[in-house]
Amino acid sequence: MDISRFLFQILPYLLEGIPVTMQLTLLSFALGLALGAVLAAARVFGSKPLSIISRSYIEFFRGTPLLVQIFFIYFGLPTVGIRLDAFTASVIAIGLNSAAYQAEILRSAIKGIPEEQYLAAESLGMTTVQTYRFIIFPQAIRVATPALVNEFVALIKYTSLASIIGVAELFRRTEYMVSYTFMPEIYLLAAAIYLAICLPTSQFSKMLETRYAIPGYKRALV
Amino acid sequence: MSEELLQINGLRAGYGKVEVLRGIDLRVKRGEKVVILGPSGSGKSTLLKCIPYLVRPWSGEIRIDGLTVSPDPAVLRRIRANTGFVFQQYNLFPHMTIIRNVALPLELSKGMSRREAEETAKSVLDMLGLGELAGKYPLELSGGQQQRAAIARALAIDPKLLLLDEPTSALDPELRYEVVETLYQVAKQGRSMLIVTHELDFAEAAADRVVFIDEGQIVEEGDARQVLERPRRERTERFLRRLRSRLGESPSTN
Repeated sequence: MDISRFLFQILPYLLEGIPVTMQLTLLSFALGLALGAVLAAARVFGSKPLSIISRSYIEFFRGTPLLVQIFFIYFGLPTVGIRLDAFTASVIAIGLNSAAYQAEILRSAIKGIPEEQYLAAESLGMTTVQTYRFIIFPQAIRVATPALVNEFVALIKYTSLASIIGVAELFRRTEYMVSYTFMPEIYLLAAAIYLAICLPTSQFSKMLETRYAIPGYKRALV
Repeated sequence: MSEELLQINGLRAGYGKVEVLRGIDLRVKRGEKVVILGPSGSGKSTLLKCIPYLVRPWSGEIRIDGLTVSPDPAVLRRIRANTGFVFQQYNLFPHMTIIRNVALPLELSKGMSRREAEETAKSVLDMLGLGELAGKYPLELSGGQQQRAAIARALAIDPKLLLLDEPTSALDPELRYEVVETLYQVAKQGRSMLIVTHELDFAEAAADRVVFIDEGQIVEEGDARQVLERPRRERTERFLRRLRSRLGESPSTN
């Protein structure tokens, strides 16, 4: 491979896709977290119908391929007059999909807090709202953090699906370069770039866990 | 002001279709220390939890300091301000330091400022000899220390009635001692206490009255000495004999 061509043409072209990949990831993760929190709340606190709606949503988005969801939103919605550009359609599709997973992460984290914590809070005269705000949520978010970061890392990779509807993110640019240069080893380069983004994110997760760990918790598990 | 702090009449409660309490009548006078004894599954813990409505009774009436317990949030607030509850498994909040565990309820349900609450919390912790642990987290402490902190948390709200649900049962024998010491200390302060425990020595030395419960009903109650040494009912006697023969073995967790 011609080194200078690689360094000055191919690599910079791919790297320009990183901001797009990261924007896709951050925006769809944020959408997923916001909607996921609502869905989780509907399942934990909601009336029966609300809980069923939330559950159906989760089952639907977990049970159908993300690619189908992206196609549906990008190509299907225009038939009812909703026309979105490829980037927006990708953010919405990936965000809606991620919401289902994030809802389950949050719900199981809340459900994982033992009943005794509620009893203790109640016995001390706390209201239900106070109990969740001061006792349950602060513990649940610690439980949920590793799984949420895991979901974030998964999204970094899932955003490559946006290439199919033409978003010029990292993988779209890779494909373009491969077909332009006929050098399939560029796929390896793309893989290395994804890895270089994902690894520090996982490290960041470990740091968060350590930073916000409940003191003595590890010892208590032994 | 009535002499009786707690009155329970015809209390029935259970889980699902299983009836656990089958008509309990119980009185606790102001300043009185009452120990509840009974085998596993007899309903002792359920009885205790019904009082501040942690378990919802099926029927019957509970009055604390003249106020009838009901699901009305305003009533529950007052009831819980008058009852401190100590759990078998301590149930401290693991994400908060000991002093925050004790102070937070004061801020939330007594409307104290953070500073005021922490000063109160510190003085209660100091009183129980836990002052140095104020900045530690619950899971950094031994079980005995955690339970003493839980007692401090329940005491800090200055309840008229302190409810203790087997406060030493989850602890290893060598850790039980320090909790029993703390119980003696609290008992001396004149607060009304209703304690489910198998600590017979404590019952004998500190309780005014002992109530023996079996299968959801009160089998026998009376002066602590009398019930422990000369029980009138055969069931009480059999239970006490079994309990005493178990001493020295590892304590039951229930």
